[in-house]
Amino acid sequence: MMRLELVKRPQRSALFSMLSPFIAFALTIIAGAIMFALLGVNPLTAFRIYFIEPISQVWQLHELAIKAAPLILIAVGLSVCYKANIWNIGAEGQFIFGAIFGSAIPVLFPEFEGPLVLPLMLLLGMVGGAAYAAIPAFLKTRFNTNEILTSLMLVYVAQLFLDWLVRGPWRDPQGHGFPQTIQFGDAATLPQLMPDAGRANWGFVFALVAAVLIWILMGRMLKGFEVRVLGSSPRAGRFAGFGLNRMVFFAFLLSGALAGLAGISEVSGAIGQLQPVISPGYGFTAIIVAFLGRLNPLGIVAAGLVLALTYLGGEAVQSALGISDKVARVFQGMLLFFVLGCDTLIHYRIRLIGLALTKRQAPAKLEAAPKLKEAR
Amino acid sequence: MDITVNILLTIATAATPLLIAAIGELVVERSGVLNLGVEGMMVMGAVGGFGAGYLTGSPWIGLLAAVVVGALFSLLFAVMTLSLATNQVATGLSLTLLGLGLSGMMGTRFVGQPGVRLPNLDIPGLSSIPVVGKLLFGQDPVFYISIALTAAVMWFLFKTRTGLTLRSIGDSHTSAHALGIKVIRYRYLAVIFGGACAGLAGGHLSLVYTPQWVENMSAGRGWIALALVVFASWRPWRVLAGAYIFGAVWIGQLHAQAFGIPVPSQMLSSLPYLATVVVLVLISRNKRLTMMNTPASLGQPFVPDR
Repeated sequence: MMRLELVKRPQRSALFSMLSPFIAFALTIIAGAIMFALLGVNPLTAFRIYFIEPISQVWQLHELAIKAAPLILIAVGLSVCYKANIWNIGAEGQFIFGAIFGSAIPVLFPEFEGPLVLPLMLLLGMVGGAAYAAIPAFLKTRFNTNEILTSLMLVYVAQLFLDWLVRGPWRDPQGHGFPQTIQFGDAATLPQLMPDAGRANWGFVFALVAAVLIWILMGRMLKGFEVRVLGSSPRAGRFAGFGLNRMVFFAFLLSGALAGLAGISEVSGAIGQLQPVISPGYGFTAIIVAFLGRLNPLGIVAAGLVLALTYLGGEAVQSALGISDKVARVFQGMLLFFVLGCDTLIHYRIRLIGLALTKRQAPAKLEAAPKLKEAR
Repeated sequence: MDITVNILLTIATAATPLLIAAIGELVVERSGVLNLGVEGMMVMGAVGGFGAGYLTGSPWIGLLAAVVVGALFSLLFAVMTLSLATNQVATGLSLTLLGLGLSGMMGTRFVGQPGVRLPNLDIPGLSSIPVVGKLLFGQDPVFYISIALTAAVMWFLFKTRTGLTLRSIGDSHTSAHALGIKVIRYRYLAVIFGGACAGLAGGHLSLVYTPQWVENMSAGRGWIALALVVFASWRPWRVLAGAYIFGAVWIGQLHAQAFGIPVPSQMLSSLPYLATVVVLVLISRNKRLTMMNTPASLGQPFVPDR
């Protein structure tokens, strides 16, 4: 029988800290090749269609930026939460509420035009996302309620609420009964960056700015230090006078606001109206982005682009090979698995113990106590 | 009378998957492991069960396949968290994400296909006794499995030595390890049991509750099962009670929609999720009581020092 044994490293390995995302990516590719082979597709062909063709032209790079923007925006917020050991997994709901709050202006006041509309919408979007994120934060700090479960449950509620809005009070009366709001006017539409080259809009710029700001916050400011201390040792944080409850609110409001900004940017930039479904699971995929980026804002930018490519690739293999676009979800899930597994290498050395192969070289000290060893 | 009986029957059908998944997760958490992948294992069980039933024509093979798929899928989580000591929260989440994706991909060819349904129990004579006959002797087989499973887990955890050992591991893996208990082995078995239960719960969805395959058909039930374990303060009989309360909420909102109550259907649909939040708040309000009931090493990775 084979057995894995973990041996703690004296200190974290800088080498594997850098290599682990790449090892994880390589393993995902191998597993993906096996999966394509099982589906009866030549893996090389599939990979060309999945990873290379979707980004071989300029307009396609714009599509990549459109998909990457919400992922990066949400993930940098989540990275602060996860660093603080606070588990907001309801970003999908905060994304939706950001979109709803921000859309209130073009839907309820379509006559209101001018340069103020867009900034107001973005601000409202952030407020909406933060407000929705405040619910699990409040319940956790006030009633000690598990934030994982409450934030997740609120995702379902948000999806149903949006569904009700676009089928009910906010439905476009001239929309032939389709469940959608009116098309946003020009004043309420997030401008494209380079309209001649492709569709990418300012959302991507917001994402990059957010990543840099959070990077400065986490690396250069006291608040970031507070996040890291409370995350790795709440006790030490208490002694230092950092409040855990305040941190819960800070992390939730920040990540909620960023998810809300992602939501309103997506609706105002890429979609142009509210629909029953406005996200292909960005809020959940962003969790993968955060971990693949090693909870580092700059790593998250790279990870966001990679995960955006898995979405585009999924669509590409669906149209070219007739494979379900769910293949994107599978790739994303596998990637997260391998990332988490490879992270073990940073803190531990892995020894493979085969009973026939190795004779354990026990240190002399342990030999002195043979009874103890047998007991195990 | 007949209506009451029918409503009770549908409540039992809605509660059964919640009960089975929650009982499995209860054992896992009692061993000190937090597996947030219930939703993913459940949906994998549902697609595996439907697929096997559809291809072989036998719902029983389908049910068996659901259990096996759930258990195998949980093994992935076990290897990661137990052998590689990864973060349990993140790994559980990724199990759910992977399960939702994988089931969607595997299930593409099953969408819209007619499924097979496990027949209800029918004992001549007994099942036709008015009122109680149907409730006691005329339900689907998984219902009886769920009740037996609850009783068995209750007995195992609190009346057997192995159960005591399992609970001790959940409360302090270092002490258990020092006593020579094979912590990792116990936890492997617990996680796999939890996976098998979640798979069975998924099989119930696609072979009894609605015999067809719909993407994401678990619809958050795995998460509700996780909440139920907290709600029940890690006691099996309270899981049973909680599952039936949630079953009643689930059925209640469906009936309210059917009766055309002048409230948006989306609001009614969100009731089970809101109820979960409310119940969690009520139960965790008392911090000391929660601390007392929670297995003390829940969610903490364990690497034996050798």
